[in-house]
Amino acid sequence: MSVITVENISKHYIIDHKRGKGGTTLRDMVSENLRSWFGKKRPDDEEVTHEEFWALRDVNFNIEQGDRVGIVGHNGAGKSTLLKILSRIIEPTTGSVKIRGRVASLLEVGTGFHPELTGRENIFLNGSLLGMSRNEIRRQFDAIVDFAGVEKFLDTPVKRYSSGMYVRLGFAISAHLDPEIMIVDEVLAVGDAEFQKKSLGKMRDNSASGRTILFVSHNLTAVQALCNKTLYFEKGQLLENGETNAVIATYLSKVSRTRLCRSWDTPEEAPGNDQVRIKRIELIPEYQDKLTHIDVRTPMRVRFEFWNMMDSANLNLSMHLNSLTGECIFNVGSKSQPYGKGLVTGECTIPGYFLNDGSYTISMMIVKDTVTPLYHMEEGLTFDVEDYREGVAWYGKWPGYVRPQFQFHMDSLVAEPVK
Amino acid sequence: MKVQEVEIKAGRSERHYWRDLWRNRELLYILSMRDVSVRYKQTALGAAWGLIRPLTTMLIMVFVFSKVAKLQGDPGVPYPLMVLGGITIWTFFSTAFTQVSNSVTLNSNLVTKVYFPRLIMPLSSIAVSFIDFLVSLGLFIILAAWYRFMPDWHLLFVPLFMILAVLASFAFGLFFAVVNVRFRDIGQLIPFIVQVGFYACPIAYSSRLVAGERWYSIYMLNPMVGIIDGFRWSLLGGKAYFNPQSLVYSVAIVLICLLLSVYFFRKRENSFVDDI
Repeated sequence: MSVITVENISKHYIIDHKRGKGGTTLRDMVSENLRSWFGKKRPDDEEVTHEEFWALRDVNFNIEQGDRVGIVGHNGAGKSTLLKILSRIIEPTTGSVKIRGRVASLLEVGTGFHPELTGRENIFLNGSLLGMSRNEIRRQFDAIVDFAGVEKFLDTPVKRYSSGMYVRLGFAISAHLDPEIMIVDEVLAVGDAEFQKKSLGKMRDNSASGRTILFVSHNLTAVQALCNKTLYFEKGQLLENGETNAVIATYLSKVSRTRLCRSWDTPEEAPGNDQVRIKRIELIPEYQDKLTHIDVRTPMRVRFEFWNMMDSANLNLSMHLNSLTGECIFNVGSKSQPYGKGLVTGECTIPGYFLNDGSYTISMMIVKDTVTPLYHMEEGLTFDVEDYREGVAWYGKWPGYVRPQFQFHMDSLVAEPVK
Repeated sequence: MKVQEVEIKAGRSERHYWRDLWRNRELLYILSMRDVSVRYKQTALGAAWGLIRPLTTMLIMVFVFSKVAKLQGDPGVPYPLMVLGGITIWTFFSTAFTQVSNSVTLNSNLVTKVYFPRLIMPLSSIAVSFIDFLVSLGLFIILAAWYRFMPDWHLLFVPLFMILAVLASFAFGLFFAVVNVRFRDIGQLIPFIVQVGFYACPIAYSSRLVAGERWYSIYMLNPMVGIIDGFRWSLLGGKAYFNPQSLVYSVAIVLICLLLSVYFFRKRENSFVDDI
């Protein structure tokens, strides 16, 4: 029996780009309307452009009762939009969804928690926001407190909670919901290891009792551990829908080809200036064990080629590796050397077991005399590093930007008996 | 248990909106209690604020209007009692109106994360002003006892005017709640409206003073005039000035505005999440 039927769902946004300041105030609106009433056009420097954007496009699928469905895809693939439509927070532009059964959606841990209120008060607040009745909350109250381990702090305002306690309390409440369908967005990304194990276990127990679960995560290992079916989204479209292992294999083979090479044939069309122009920038992964995607183990080489248009100059290359949020993780430079007119090439190696899983961008800069940047190509390459773990039963996000394997030496010492 | 079935479709997300609203009445209660409880947390004087505010306003108004400007109150009614009656209902209306106007923006963290009928937010925000109202009413009773003023059967009408004040705060607040989501500068207009309203309504003076003027018929179009005069009339009895005609205007205007506001709110509530 299908509990969720999604037919031709699309969600369409129109984004206004207004040059100049942002934000709508009544003044903007009034002045805009006045202008149009009087038939005057806006001045050119304040031109408004509308950009259409389909967050979801013609999505169709069915979910059977008792399925645990993983939803994977890149940032901006439409996963969250889909969850929000299923949770009735936003309306679809077209299409329809039929849902049979009580839905609890967990788009964040501790929704509506008020910092001034005590743990006890927040359990009732959050519980009823998630759709529990007061009687249900009262019945489950002790179990929730016990699961979260916050007995001692029940009458303390949650603003005095540690972030761990806050998250535990939030999750504990949602874990004791009794819906037929549960929609979960990345909640495993928070909390400590012990707690995550407990939560994942709880979710698995839930599904054993015939509950349907929809689970969005960037963490493929967690999806594989929990879900029997998986939906793969890309640019608002459902690309694949099927057994988890098969879908994840497709996903991985597609993601790593993001933008590993950019090249220009002639200096005229290449980015740069009168002094230097970029010819090619390429990331070459050295896959091992028949892998077809980059994961935390994969070593990579980054190749650079550029045209030097100056007769003679002391040049060096500088490579920045940035996180998706734009933070620079590291910057390495080559030695400065004199070069004549012509093509210059270089290569930099990033070892395996260095970058943590995540999305990264590489930008390159050509520097003269070690001090003057001649050209900085900001948006060079983008690539994803997937997670890989062996012998670890923990599915949370591995913390940190790098994931090195340093020497870790441990000894076991026989303890003296305590007298 | 019966299986719930929901259909989500473009443009008409909820056929069972009012039924859903009823189902969420516990949430309404809990959100109301949240506001009340948060209001008095970490305040040194707690509920005493509900007492201090009307008391000081009353003292100032009595001093300015009665002693300095030498305005005449209703004959046979102590001036402070008249002012306090007006302040009690006006403060209730104006705080409720302000809270309702800000209810959606203040709960923006909920709007983007959970579904519930959005009308719950303005509805639950009224509770706080109701508590203040009760405190202020208590103050009125004490003051009435001080003046040895005995209320009569008119008192039975107090709930009627209360309900009217709730509906009025809702009718006007709901409109601003919606506009506030998209245009945040509207929020700054609200205290101004409340301030102007304080003098435009018969709070510190009696409507008797303007009843003879040529523009009295326009004055009565302010729906709060009928509500405040009526409230005072039911507290202070027949000696207080009350023109039933003004009540007819109040009821008509409030109901029309309420219908329009609720319609407007329902029309826009699905786009809150995009604008907030």
